[in-house]
Amino acid sequence: MEFSLTDPFLWETVIQGLLFGGVLALLSLGLNIIFGVIDVVWICYAELIMLGMYTIFFLYTEYGFPLPVAFAAGIVVVAILGTVLHYLVIRPILHTEPINQLLVTGGVLFFLQGLATMLFSVEFRNLGVSFGSFEAGNMFFPVSRILAFVVSLVAVVGLWVFLKKTYLGTAIRAISQDRDVMPLMGVSPAKIYLVTSALGGGLAGLGACLLVMLYDIHPAIGLTFGPITFMVCVLGGLGNMIGGFIAAFIFAEFIALGGFYAEVEWGYVLAFVFFIVMMFIRPQGILGSRN
Amino acid sequence: MLTIENVSAGYGTFQALFGVSLEVRAGEAVAVIGPNGAGKTSLLRVISKVISMTGGHIAMEGQSIDEVPSHQIIELGIAHVPEHRRLFPRLTVEENLRMGAFVASARSRYEERLAFVYELFPRMKERRHQLAGTLSGGEQQMCAIGRGLMSGPKLLLLDEPSAGLAPVIVQQVFDLVRRIRQEGYTVLIVEQNIQQVLKVVDRAYLLEVGRIKMSGPAGDLLANDEVRRAYIGL
Repeated sequence: MEFSLTDPFLWETVIQGLLFGGVLALLSLGLNIIFGVIDVVWICYAELIMLGMYTIFFLYTEYGFPLPVAFAAGIVVVAILGTVLHYLVIRPILHTEPINQLLVTGGVLFFLQGLATMLFSVEFRNLGVSFGSFEAGNMFFPVSRILAFVVSLVAVVGLWVFLKKTYLGTAIRAISQDRDVMPLMGVSPAKIYLVTSALGGGLAGLGACLLVMLYDIHPAIGLTFGPITFMVCVLGGLGNMIGGFIAAFIFAEFIALGGFYAEVEWGYVLAFVFFIVMMFIRPQGILGSRN
Repeated sequence: MLTIENVSAGYGTFQALFGVSLEVRAGEAVAVIGPNGAGKTSLLRVISKVISMTGGHIAMEGQSIDEVPSHQIIELGIAHVPEHRRLFPRLTVEENLRMGAFVASARSRYEERLAFVYELFPRMKERRHQLAGTLSGGEQQMCAIGRGLMSGPKLLLLDEPSAGLAPVIVQQVFDLVRRIRQEGYTVLIVEQNIQQVLKVVDRAYLLEVGRIKMSGPAGDLLANDEVRRAYIGL
């Protein structure tokens, strides 16, 4: 294929990549904040998103709730799931070997996937809502993707403001720097961990709102987004939200441009090759500092 | 204000304090002095419940704090400025100070107390947007004390404020303590720098291997031959 910077399809692809990058950035946010603050990786993060998608789907299609209500419920449900996950699964093993936390949340992944298969069957479901598309020049963009992108950016900025400007947000940043001194400030670390888990879950729930507009829902959808979300976080530097943000756009452009010049699958292959190479060059991630 | 009665405490099987009794009255500055490993830090930690007591009683203004969890101690008016300062290195000076005002009762007076801390330590105002980890040792101590003051405490616990600082800076830190005293705060300070600390406090207790060996007006301890020989090197 000929390379031309004036090719509108190329630009369409680049912008599509950008839009997808916004979604990936949002997905990475929840996982990153959990790791950055609690020092635990929720391997089952994308399965929480999957449950959020089902929540929205059923509330909207089966029970006839308006879409915004279903979205809000999806966020709340996943926030609660995140809190429960922390309380029941993470908290008892918080001070044991890190491998235990990986194994146990990995176990939760298969549990949730199996549970979803039993409850909802392997059938692919679709929200069946079309938002139409937006035309600019000769380029077409689905409105759902633009919406997802805008929501992602608003969430990223909103989270930043929360972490920067509020007492609770400052405490969340502080606890990752020195946990044991927190009680002397009148802060209960256990409570901050629960709040952070609700926040991470809420972000996963918001991710569910965006993904449910873009993709079919099935019990294994977590496997589509889980690994790439994890890799975005690792590439950015686990726990580093700005790094994750940058890495999300790098990944998305690899996938989009790979899809443009070959097939989308090649885009993923290229992105993963890039990831592996980067792990040799900068194992701590783009902006990471830990080993 | 603070009454410690026959308190014992330790870490696991290691016992750090054996039946320590001590009192701090309102408006006083009291020092606990003693060599490294005497249990001075443990004493402050047991007051703020960072470690739990195995025996004895502690009361703040007549109210028992034996059952109060660590994160609620600050609400009783006790602020603990810990050993090694323990600032949040990747938060700015102002964010560190904000953490000192985290409890609900302190938030409403945040602006007022921030202005007070900045007036007390103008250097902190200059550096308010700087990351705490980039401050010099003396500045970090100012920030740590400032963070302690942000909750508007009745009693300030200072753990080895001069530790790890250059001699010139140590002098400045004791000046800080003097200034805080002038502001009317009640202070319980733990120090290894015995000669300096005894010049800024009213009374002192000598702690040795977890037991109070001696107590009295600061001047008496400073003049005591045994103290001078063992700890001041004169």
